[in-house]
Amino acid sequence: MNHWLTILTLVPFLGGILVAGLGAERKNLVRGLALAASLVGLGGAICMWLHFNAASGDLQFKEKFDWVPSLGIQYFLGVDGLGLLMVLLTAIVTPLAILASWKVEDRPHVFHALVLWLQAGLFGTFTALNFFHWFLFWELGLIPAFFLIKLWGGPKRGPAATQFFIYTMVGSVTLLLSFLAIRLATGSFDFIELAAMAKSGVLVTKLQAAFGWKNIGLIIFFGAFLGFAVKVPLIPFHTWLPAAYSEAPSSVTMLLTGVMSKMGVYGFLRILLPIFPEQIREVLTPLLWLAVATIVLSACAAFAQKDIKRMLAYSSINHLGYCLLAMFAAASAATAVNAPDIQKAAALDGCLLQMFNHGLTASALFLFVALLERRSGGLRGLDDFGGLRQIIPVFTGLMGISIFSSLGLPGLNGFVGEFLIFKGVFPLAPWAAAISTIGLLVTAIFLLTLIQRVFCGPLNERWAKMPDLTTAERFLVLPSIALMFVLGIWPQFILGAVDATVVKLVQQLNF
Amino acid sequence: MNPVNYLQILQFAAPETIVTLTVLVVLGADVTVLRGKSIAARFNVGALLSILGCASAACLAFHRHIEANLFNGLLVVSPSSDFIKVALLALTVFTILISTSGKFTDHVGEYLSLILLGTIGLMFLVSTEDLLMVFISLEFASLALYILTAFNKRNAKSAEAALKYFLFGGMSAAFLLFGFSLLYGISGSTNLREIAAGIAGKGLDPLLLVALVTTVIGFGFKVAAVPFHLWAPDAYEGAPTPSAAFIGSGSKVASFYVLAKIFTLGFAGAAGSAVWHGYLSGWTPVVAIVAALSMVLGNLTAIVQSSVKRLLAYSAIAHAGYMLLGVLSNTPTSASAMMFYVITYALTTVGTFGVVTVVEEATGGDAIKNFAGLSRRAPGLSLCLLIFLLSLGGIPPLAGFIGKFFLFSAAVSAGANLGLLWLVILAIAMSAVSFYYYLRVLKAAYVEDAVENAPAIKVPLLTFLALALLALLVVLFGCAPGLLTQFL
Amino acid sequence: MLAWTIYITFFGVLVLMFLPRDNARAARIVALLTAIAACVVAFAGAIQQANPGEVTTIVKTPWIPGIGANYYLAADGISLVLVVLTGLAAVSGILFSWNIEKRTKEFFAFYLALIGGVYGVFLSFDVLLLFVFYELTIIPKYFLIARWGSTRKEYGAMKLALYSFVGSHLVLIGLIAAWVVAKGQLGHASLDLIELSKVAFPIAFQHWVFPLVFVGFAILAGMWPFHTWAPTGHVAAPTAGSMLLAGVVMKLGAYGCLRVAMVMFPEGVRMWQGEIACLAVAGIVYGAGVALVQRDFKFVIGYSSVSHMGFVLLGLATLNTVGFDGAVLQMFSHGIIAGLLFGVVGRMVYDRTHTRDFNDLETMQLGKLIPFAGVTFVIAGIASMGLPGFSGFVAEFQVLMGAWTVFPKLTILSGVGILVGVAYTLRAVQKGFYSDAPPKPADPDHPLEPISVPERFGAVMLIGASLVIGLFPGLLMNWIEPCFNSPLSMFARLLVKGGSQ
Repeated sequence: MNHWLTILTLVPFLGGILVAGLGAERKNLVRGLALAASLVGLGGAICMWLHFNAASGDLQFKEKFDWVPSLGIQYFLGVDGLGLLMVLLTAIVTPLAILASWKVEDRPHVFHALVLWLQAGLFGTFTALNFFHWFLFWELGLIPAFFLIKLWGGPKRGPAATQFFIYTMVGSVTLLLSFLAIRLATGSFDFIELAAMAKSGVLVTKLQAAFGWKNIGLIIFFGAFLGFAVKVPLIPFHTWLPAAYSEAPSSVTMLLTGVMSKMGVYGFLRILLPIFPEQIREVLTPLLWLAVATIVLSACAAFAQKDIKRMLAYSSINHLGYCLLAMFAAASAATAVNAPDIQKAAALDGCLLQMFNHGLTASALFLFVALLERRSGGLRGLDDFGGLRQIIPVFTGLMGISIFSSLGLPGLNGFVGEFLIFKGVFPLAPWAAAISTIGLLVTAIFLLTLIQRVFCGPLNERWAKMPDLTTAERFLVLPSIALMFVLGIWPQFILGAVDATVVKLVQQLNF
Repeated sequence: MNPVNYLQILQFAAPETIVTLTVLVVLGADVTVLRGKSIAARFNVGALLSILGCASAACLAFHRHIEANLFNGLLVVSPSSDFIKVALLALTVFTILISTSGKFTDHVGEYLSLILLGTIGLMFLVSTEDLLMVFISLEFASLALYILTAFNKRNAKSAEAALKYFLFGGMSAAFLLFGFSLLYGISGSTNLREIAAGIAGKGLDPLLLVALVTTVIGFGFKVAAVPFHLWAPDAYEGAPTPSAAFIGSGSKVASFYVLAKIFTLGFAGAAGSAVWHGYLSGWTPVVAIVAALSMVLGNLTAIVQSSVKRLLAYSAIAHAGYMLLGVLSNTPTSASAMMFYVITYALTTVGTFGVVTVVEEATGGDAIKNFAGLSRRAPGLSLCLLIFLLSLGGIPPLAGFIGKFFLFSAAVSAGANLGLLWLVILAIAMSAVSFYYYLRVLKAAYVEDAVENAPAIKVPLLTFLALALLALLVVLFGCAPGLLTQFL
Repeated sequence: MLAWTIYITFFGVLVLMFLPRDNARAARIVALLTAIAACVVAFAGAIQQANPGEVTTIVKTPWIPGIGANYYLAADGISLVLVVLTGLAAVSGILFSWNIEKRTKEFFAFYLALIGGVYGVFLSFDVLLLFVFYELTIIPKYFLIARWGSTRKEYGAMKLALYSFVGSHLVLIGLIAAWVVAKGQLGHASLDLIELSKVAFPIAFQHWVFPLVFVGFAILAGMWPFHTWAPTGHVAAPTAGSMLLAGVVMKLGAYGCLRVAMVMFPEGVRMWQGEIACLAVAGIVYGAGVALVQRDFKFVIGYSSVSHMGFVLLGLATLNTVGFDGAVLQMFSHGIIAGLLFGVVGRMVYDRTHTRDFNDLETMQLGKLIPFAGVTFVIAGIASMGLPGFSGFVAEFQVLMGAWTVFPKLTILSGVGILVGVAYTLRAVQKGFYSDAPPKPADPDHPLEPISVPERFGAVMLIGASLVIGLFPGLLMNWIEPCFNSPLSMFARLLVKGGSQ
């Protein structure tokens, strides 16, 4: 059991090399091999899940090894509930993405290799616990994503890819500088150690001692904050997202929205919250405002879109905004609240759940969009369709389920997460929660509009011959739909595993 | 008066005597036995005879280790002056070797004899401490040089150059004599040491100052220092190239040796100081100004030259500036540094002029563009050119670099407060400038392509041998300067 | 044993000189064998070195006793790193020049002469010997560019030669002055670097000598604003020339700054520390900014070299061990990466397309026609950007860490420089290989030749080196760190005060 995590990360990496080496001719071999590699990853993740000790909030499957001792760089891996959840999500979404891109003809070996390398980067990010090691994988994930957008994307892919890359790099540079400063002051890159220092208040003292500026803690916090805020994204750092998501091929968007966006939220949870709780508390109100703005404004923007993908892109921003709302609320001092720990735990539980569920749902939605595009020859405007449910009822039904899950209909997975978040946030930051409900409302509006325009109404004659889902495609979407129901009815499946971690996190935030 | 022991004189002046005999033999052979033979044959035989004579004289000078002082400084023999003689003779040998392929004259015997006669004059110049003898030897050597300059009767430029050289030389000789007579008047003797004793403690009276200045003028002309350099470019360009080689090498070695001797021995005590912020009246500041001007003017004017011989003339002016730096430093280490520099410079100059001779013969001119594509047409020749020009520019590991390093470090060590650092900075700066124009010639040789279908250049054997040997010496003295400095 | 790198290389020059004139194949093989032999010796000697923290003498014999010069070759960890770099750069340069047809033997003769001189500089511990080797490299550089270069080759070559020469003469002035003062203090003339590193030069003296010597060396390192020779020179040079220039020769300057200027004049460094850091960061930002707007592919890389060398100088200016570690590692890393970048742009692209103008390249769809070149350039670009996994990241990481405590504001500015670096690299990747511009149909009579085996070898070698050091920086850090950690080292005086870790 010792090197699970390393092996988990290595499998897609080596698989990618193998796939790339196969060349452009043997397309089916390439696709098969890629799928196999991603399924191995899935198998590994499920095994780990089964062996995971849910009762403890500590890190498990740890591996620690000195890499460059003089710089304090260690190869330090480990997962707790949060990490495991993200690993599982990645392991689930990647095979789906590979299956969705089965028909890619242009250099499939490179395409699938890049997808596998992206998966390796994601696995690495979610399991690393030393900054250098973590940063390595954080950056490494960028490259495959950039190329996936740039080489296989839509008409405006060049600028979209570049913008994506540069925005993320800007955040990365500030993140790097902040952590270098931290290392200089404290001598450590280890997230666990730093969290302990933050809890005991030592971190800020050390920073001030090293640099002599009173507000150094806040400045360092902003540097790190920027890095993650760009990734999530938080308004106003989100402008790269609509272009990138809509220009990327839909299977790639599945990965982008399903997993890569979670990197940002994960970063907040793993790094920012434990290490800078004081600072978050200091600027809590503006942060809450930002989260609220993200929720509401992105929903409104989604409503104004005519391109389905762009609409769903903004909807992603909206859904993740709830996660951020939960996190910031959990960091608040909340002295006037009854049993604050329980509320915070609820909020954070909801946040984690929302991460997983949104990952699942959003990737399913984009999968459906991909299938639609395949039938429509690339068209995906709201007004291009109409009355499709008369000809492709199965498609309509299944996509409808996903849309309702995204909406937050009780019984489906989307509801539980949002419910827990609001349950926890209302006592802690009532006004923020209140305004955010507008987001819920607008989301409902645009999603229903989507259903109405695309599926209901008079049939658009152009699509009279559109084929319904084939058997293969039905099997493709089945796992996601099934999980949506399962998690909607029995969220304990996830919550059981992450609860201990959440409790530990809340304790971290109480000081 | 003591009876003059002629045998003794002959014994102490043995090298000079041998060379004199060689002159007679060469002249005689040329007039009698070699009559009617081709010019090339006459040159080769004459050269052989001359080289034999010079070689034996050099061997003698090298192996005798005697000290002697005849007639109160008129003839002074010492190991260091003997070594300079060896160097002079070596330079003569090399000059003769590169002149063997010359086609500028029929008067072979006379040409070789004049070179040898000039050498004799220079050898006497370095073995004296008496002003009178200095003047006589100087004039003797100069006369030979004037004629050598005029030797190409088919070229008007040669005659013009010689006339300029002669007129300038005559005038500067007059200045020199004037200065010497003043010195005699002040101190009551023509022996350098007695002069030094005579002027010591008297301070810098006006007469001494005039003597000082006129001496500087006289010698400044001889070594082509600014502002007494105006004859040099024309002489170097107009004279037949081997003559120019001789002017630029042997004459420089001897002149600097004597100049150093006169100033450090004769004017000792009136040295003054040219150290920054430490100005003291004396000959040092005057020479410092001359050195600075030479370095600057020589290098800057060389940049715009298109004739390689003129370029070398201006570079000679600049190098004279560097060598004067050695004189200025006025310490024993600086004296040997200066001689190292002068000797290696002379070797390099003979080599460079040797290359120019060959190129001139083959392409009909000495402009930079005549050197185009030389590396293809004559690879060995251009390699020698590369070594010589880089040594002149001061690139390690060649002799020019080490020489400059010795000179500059001696100059900076002289005196407190880093001595003549300002002059050294100027020298280094100008040295960087010189790199540019040397590189221009090398660029033509190595980078530019020759004219279409230019044939390979055939280098005469003797010339090639001489050049190869010179290049080897330049590299050798650069990597292991101890080989030369042990004698200085 | 390491001295054999020098001797083998110069022996190769001799052999090349005697080869028949038109046999290009023989010339290439001789050159490659020589370079490989020297590289193997470099690696072997480096690995064998028992204690990289100490200076291990290789040979020390008197040379010119009168001025205290010895033929003194030695190596410590820093020398080892740079010697290994030279070995790698030399071999890859030859591989990338496999297609030179014009006067091949002379090309490789000059090439090897340059390499021999470089080995000599990195192994010399006598100041005069170091200077001799340093100057020795100027002439081969000149001829390599002037004869086999491309755009404005003669102008570029002359500019480069003159700048180098002026720089080295500034150093000469300082060295002579220092020699004289040291003679007074030590009682005997000495040019031994270790002895000189213990001499306490007067502070007023250091105040003007240090900038002279430092700037003299820094000119060759491409310090702003004396960097203007670099872009012109790099563009004018043939591929191998640019690879060596950016990869190794610029490191000579930085090495001289560290080994000679800073070691001999520690108080001088402290007095001018701020100015050096400012100029270094100016170079980082300016180089990156100008690279962003270039139309000529090679100019982008040329200016990026100026920018990357800025990191080396910044690391040197920090005066703490982390900064120094980063500076030396950056010397190695940039040497490899620059070699790779120029290899792609010069050999893979220019030699095939005969244009470096982005407006032309955009229409050629090179990413599809020569995919190996595209991928190599992408990887090289990633490494150049400083992305983790490659050597550049570790190096820049350490420099920034070292600089944070001493110059926080400048460090943030360097971060901006890194970002601009990302931008211009992306732009180059985009415009050069993967552009969206409407393609011009390829000329059917002149198809692009595929990437040859030597090019592939060279590229893989360099990528491998950068990757290995990126993932296992300990390999080189084990050589570099001990040099600065020992209290008896020649750098001890520099690190004594004013540098916290």
